[in-house]
Amino acid sequence: MGQAIAFYTLAAFILGFAVLVVSTKDTVHSVLFLVLDFLFVAALYVLLGAPFLAAIQVLVYAGGIVVLYLFVVMLVNLKRPPEAHQDPHRRTKLGFGLAVAVLLELGAIATYGMTRTGSPLVVPGTNGPLPGNTEQVGWLLYTSYLIPFEIASMLLLVAMIGAIVLAKREL
Amino acid sequence: MLLSAALFIIGVIGVMVRRNIIIIFMSIELILNAVNINLVAFSAQLQNNVGQVFAIFVVAVAAAEAAVGLGIILAFYRNKETVNIDEMNLMKW
Amino acid sequence: MPAGVSLRDFYYLLPELVLTGGALLVLIADVLLPRRSGHALAWITLLVLAATLASLGTFSGTHEVAHGLIAVDEFALFFKVVFLVSAAVTVLMSVRYLEIEGASPGEYYFLILCATLGMMILAGGIDLITIFIGLETMAVSFYILVGFIKPNQKSNEAAVKYFLLGAFSLGILLYGMSLLYGLSGTTNLRVMAPVFFGPETRHDPRLILAVMLVVAGVGFKIAAVPFHMWAPDVYEGAPTPVTAFLSVGSKAASFAMILRIFLEGLPAMVHDWQILFEALAIVTMTVGNLAALTQTNLKRMLAYSSIAHAGYILIGLVAGTPRGVSAMLIYLFIYTFMQLGAFTVIVLMRRRDVVGDELKDFSGLHFRHPYAAFAMLLFMLSLGGIPPTAGFMGKFWLFSAAIDAHYYWLAVIGVLNSAVSLYYYIRLVVFMYLKKDATGSEPSTTPALTVALAIAVVATIYIGIYPRVLFEIAEASARTLGVVGITAALP
Repeated sequence: MGQAIAFYTLAAFILGFAVLVVSTKDTVHSVLFLVLDFLFVAALYVLLGAPFLAAIQVLVYAGGIVVLYLFVVMLVNLKRPPEAHQDPHRRTKLGFGLAVAVLLELGAIATYGMTRTGSPLVVPGTNGPLPGNTEQVGWLLYTSYLIPFEIASMLLLVAMIGAIVLAKREL
Repeated sequence: MLLSAALFIIGVIGVMVRRNIIIIFMSIELILNAVNINLVAFSAQLQNNVGQVFAIFVVAVAAAEAAVGLGIILAFYRNKETVNIDEMNLMKW
Repeated sequence: MPAGVSLRDFYYLLPELVLTGGALLVLIADVLLPRRSGHALAWITLLVLAATLASLGTFSGTHEVAHGLIAVDEFALFFKVVFLVSAAVTVLMSVRYLEIEGASPGEYYFLILCATLGMMILAGGIDLITIFIGLETMAVSFYILVGFIKPNQKSNEAAVKYFLLGAFSLGILLYGMSLLYGLSGTTNLRVMAPVFFGPETRHDPRLILAVMLVVAGVGFKIAAVPFHMWAPDVYEGAPTPVTAFLSVGSKAASFAMILRIFLEGLPAMVHDWQILFEALAIVTMTVGNLAALTQTNLKRMLAYSSIAHAGYILIGLVAGTPRGVSAMLIYLFIYTFMQLGAFTVIVLMRRRDVVGDELKDFSGLHFRHPYAAFAMLLFMLSLGGIPPTAGFMGKFWLFSAAIDAHYYWLAVIGVLNSAVSLYYYIRLVVFMYLKKDATGSEPSTTPALTVALAIAVVATIYIGIYPRVLFEIAEASARTLGVVGITAALP
């Protein structure tokens, strides 16, 4: 019961901040709301039994990515509010109408999914022989998923070089 | 499930409605977070840690994309002095 | 499950390892060699590609590597050859282009190699995680490549558009994938397939939602019509060799991914995705061709034509038979050469002051450079599907596969569309051969460009006249694609 309360509180916070991220006029505020949102998501991970991922979430997202965002927002320093010119209202309304419809649909599907007790599972869990969440995730990451892990390192190298190439002023 | 769906929808609305590239990009981050919540929730439900491994890869990719994407936005801004997508009009039909 | 990755796994991943090592070598060479040594770097890149191609030949048969994350089979082999060849032609095209634009070659070739690596992973991936990582390696490399010419505003704008829509589509695709994982409890496509055959899951609306999201996500990648808006802008704005590589390599890789995901992972949902792809194929062909009619920029026209070609290729997927799949492979192979060739000619036209991609730049080309004009004529005829070029064989095979699978009207729409497409292909030919005004730009050739053009011309004609070898290889490759998938997809 306590868990359910915690879950719904976290969920409310996450959604509330997400709405604020999308709707705030000021980009800097938006970024700050994004940080809060990420932190609450991290809390949710702990609740869902993924403490390792929660740590990653705080370190990489809230720590790394958001700082990057802030830097760019500062560099790009908006002199005028970008939303100021001619009305995107018609489109906004259409967007919200569509979104509400899709949300209702998704909600119906999700509740349908919940009312069915236990989805049919064929594949059993492939948890490693180790206790503890971090150990298990690490075990999987460095055994079964070693190859994608290595490719991800190449991906990060590409991103690094790309960011340098793109952001350098002169070649 | 419902939570991640709602977060996903908010992200999608953000992408469609806002005109500021950076906010659109943040909305995409929200979508990726929705994906991660989904993965972790399923992983907890199924007692199967593969979902968490998947989520770690998603985080790594999100970091890579953020670096590259913000680089692209910076390069664009230097030439055009705007981050508003309505002003991206060099090429039309 | 044995822990860890054995030496055997690394043996089967040899081509990828060679390519990765080569990419790093290019980076190091870029630092060590004196500045302005673009030619040397291009040579190194070509050698790396050749070495990778050679290492592909060392094994045959079907294997699953690294705990079923990557399949090494003839299907993957086929696509890998396509990627490597198109990467090599792209490098040949790029040498002069980079000199004109004054861009730094080291990072450029590195990114080309990394994009190729991503594609190769994608072609072999039979696990959602591998597929997703491969896709991203490819996509991130392309985001950077598209925006590589920084002083050019068009290039910037193209990069922003490609990046935002690409990242957005990735989000959608991933959401679909996370649902697939949640419903099956596995990320491995081959383990997943039988799970979905259960009567319980089959009609689960969440699964249908997942299929729709995945279709939308991959639809972005192949630029199928409701999701095609980025393609013309990106193709026009990107540096021409990158456009060529994007339209060929990225598209082929995305199709490889589609075939893997849908035929290997989701055969149970065949009726759902078949309808979606059928609608996509029809709309894509029609809109692509109609929009191409009014274009005056050649790169933009080729963008719309490549959208239309994606529509034709989807026909093979809708047919879902082994014949349809092999027709897709054949068409992708042929399309690679036609498209690369056409873009090579555009690069030929690039000069310091002229971009050379407007239709009027081509007017009277025949009188200034008959060989280039002839090559372009050949590619246009091939793209339009006129015998004896390769394009005809490809289209013929695709449409006959559709008829085989009783999709008569799909084939009819395809044929009608190719008839429409002839109009704009022929219009370019008219410009080249009949207009005599000298406003067009003067093409200039280099040995590298000539070689690239020659490869494309020879392939286009050779496959048009002797298609047999290719057909046999493609059929063998199609057969290795998840036995489960193909047999289940049969009506």
